[in-house]
Amino acid sequence: MSGVPVDPVYGDGPLPGEFPYTRGIYPEMYRSRLWTMRMFAGFGTAVDTNGRFQEILRHGGTGLSTAFDMPTLMGRDSDDEVWSAGEVGRAGVAVDTLADMEDLFADIDLGSVSTSMTINGPAVVALAQYIAVADKTGVDRAALSGTIQNDILKEYQAQKEYIFPPRPSMRIVTDMMRFTTAEMPRWHPVSISGYHIREAGSTAAQELGFTLANGFAYVEAAQAAGLDVDDFAGRLSFFFNSHSDFFEEIGKYRAARRIWATWMRQRYGAASERSLMCRFHTQTAGVSLTAQQPEINIARVALQALAGALGGTQSLHTDAYDEALALPTEKAARIALRTQQIVAHETGVANVADPLGGSAYVEWMTDEMERRAAEIFDHLLELGGGSILEGVYEGIDNGYFVGQIADSAYRFEREVNDGTRIIVGVNAFTEGDDGEKNLLRIEQDTEDLQLKRLAAVKQQRGDAAVRGTLEAVRRAAQDPEANLMPPVIDAVKAYATEGEICDALADVFGRYTEPAIV
Amino acid sequence: MTQPAAATGDRAPIRVVLAKLGLDGHDRGLKVVARMLRDAGMEVIYLGLRQTTDTVIAAVEQEDADVIGLSMHNAGHLALATRILQALDDEGLDVPVIIGGIVPEEDVDALVAMGISAVLHPGASAVEVAEAVRGSLGDRSVRD
Repeated sequence: MSGVPVDPVYGDGPLPGEFPYTRGIYPEMYRSRLWTMRMFAGFGTAVDTNGRFQEILRHGGTGLSTAFDMPTLMGRDSDDEVWSAGEVGRAGVAVDTLADMEDLFADIDLGSVSTSMTINGPAVVALAQYIAVADKTGVDRAALSGTIQNDILKEYQAQKEYIFPPRPSMRIVTDMMRFTTAEMPRWHPVSISGYHIREAGSTAAQELGFTLANGFAYVEAAQAAGLDVDDFAGRLSFFFNSHSDFFEEIGKYRAARRIWATWMRQRYGAASERSLMCRFHTQTAGVSLTAQQPEINIARVALQALAGALGGTQSLHTDAYDEALALPTEKAARIALRTQQIVAHETGVANVADPLGGSAYVEWMTDEMERRAAEIFDHLLELGGGSILEGVYEGIDNGYFVGQIADSAYRFEREVNDGTRIIVGVNAFTEGDDGEKNLLRIEQDTEDLQLKRLAAVKQQRGDAAVRGTLEAVRRAAQDPEANLMPPVIDAVKAYATEGEICDALADVFGRYTEPAIV
Repeated sequence: MTQPAAATGDRAPIRVVLAKLGLDGHDRGLKVVARMLRDAGMEVIYLGLRQTTDTVIAAVEQEDADVIGLSMHNAGHLALATRILQALDDEGLDVPVIIGGIVPEEDVDALVAMGISAVLHPGASAVEVAEAVRGSLGDRSVRD
């Protein structure tokens, strides 16, 4: 405000942009490139969400981020009477067949936008559908840019949107990494996500340790599948939570960069600079939002967004204040975007890279986060006999991850209960709760409409082609040397449904059910 | 799956079936509630994720459960509540149902009118949760 000229960075090395990147991955951070404001959207039918996408692009957005509904996330078709009734198009967009994906991206040039798709269990089908849309509209696969979350390991640990057991699921992930490495150089095949681990109740240190361990597990799996680390590691990215304990979050992000760079170089032999850089997206903590006095969530989100910016995130989603009550209204989503625009353009925090670097407290917290994550890596290495990948499998099988997360969630809840942890509006300062009346509701006619769309596709497609391509998917699943991507793309192009393709894979791989551990 | 409960004098402990119906995987709240109820001396039959009305009813019958607790975070509460209440009715079971999770205030009345005993929101304390379970029993006796 007073016009004092400031340098891009202060302090002595290692500086931002220098190994081990504790202070950030770029020398001038947001001065050279502001974080991307990537807001997540999806509801109703593909046509509904396409309308929202067109609007985002008209307002100058260049990135799209797709939220799918629960049946789509779980590999179930909209007409699955047992599992899908009542959930179609509610928490995201319903995508059953290629016809839906074609409508979702109608009149959008896939060669010029970058698309994020948040889907894991059936990610192979969603990516195949996206590729098929590009093929049919004449866009070169090599021009496709974007990210598919495809982080199956955290599904067993936290989010629980798995379909197949862990090992065959990891085979699918490595097939996708191999395919995108060969054909889609601008595509990020896995976004390693601590967000859901944190939402499920972990501490910041557990989020850091579990997430990076999962990252190492993908690296080990890809190396075991014969890929060279520098051919794929530069396209791995991360997704972290930003919760309310301000300095702990900042320490967590700084530690994540340092640990990733160090391990990638020392343990996995990465040489390329891009392979060493921990690039990440941040979302503010949905679980920290309160149903009580919902407007005050705007203040929580602002502080969490600030922590993400001070921690050096590459992109940011800010939550809407009404998300503890329902899916966000348009107004609430707009306030959330405006909140991070204030952080970016009014506070001045984007002018200097890692402005907190050198603070005795922040440096201590960064070291402490790193030390606690190292304890988790040691435990997993012990479980896995020297392999992080095997340790993660074992930790899934023996309930280590879910047990640790549930313990932390319960401890947090007890602290809120006995008042040792204050949550404003919940266990203190509770006067003045007017509730929130203006909530987004998805009506039942969405489901009816989607059922009609699906029935029409099923009537028009060639049944023999569907049967033949599904049989080819089964054969590829049985052959560990085969890559699943090409036969899944063929099945998608024959308008086989997501549910049919997942069923074909489940015929070979089986379905996962978790042990009910409290 | 049945968890041992602390002794509560002469009365048999209240037995609660906890489950999530449908596809939604948010189980943090349900797990916390399971521990709260156990700490309150109740017996918890934790079914966990991806249950159907059939699996919940079967568990209630097999385990002689007194109360059903269902967790919902995906806006499907009205449809799912209708289904579970209908299924209980079809089986002639008089077992109160409590719903917890993200439920807009304006839907609470509709759920209660439908026959849901109580709706618990995020942030409910251990005392509130245990009271909701005890209160849902009304003058029903705990089943032996």
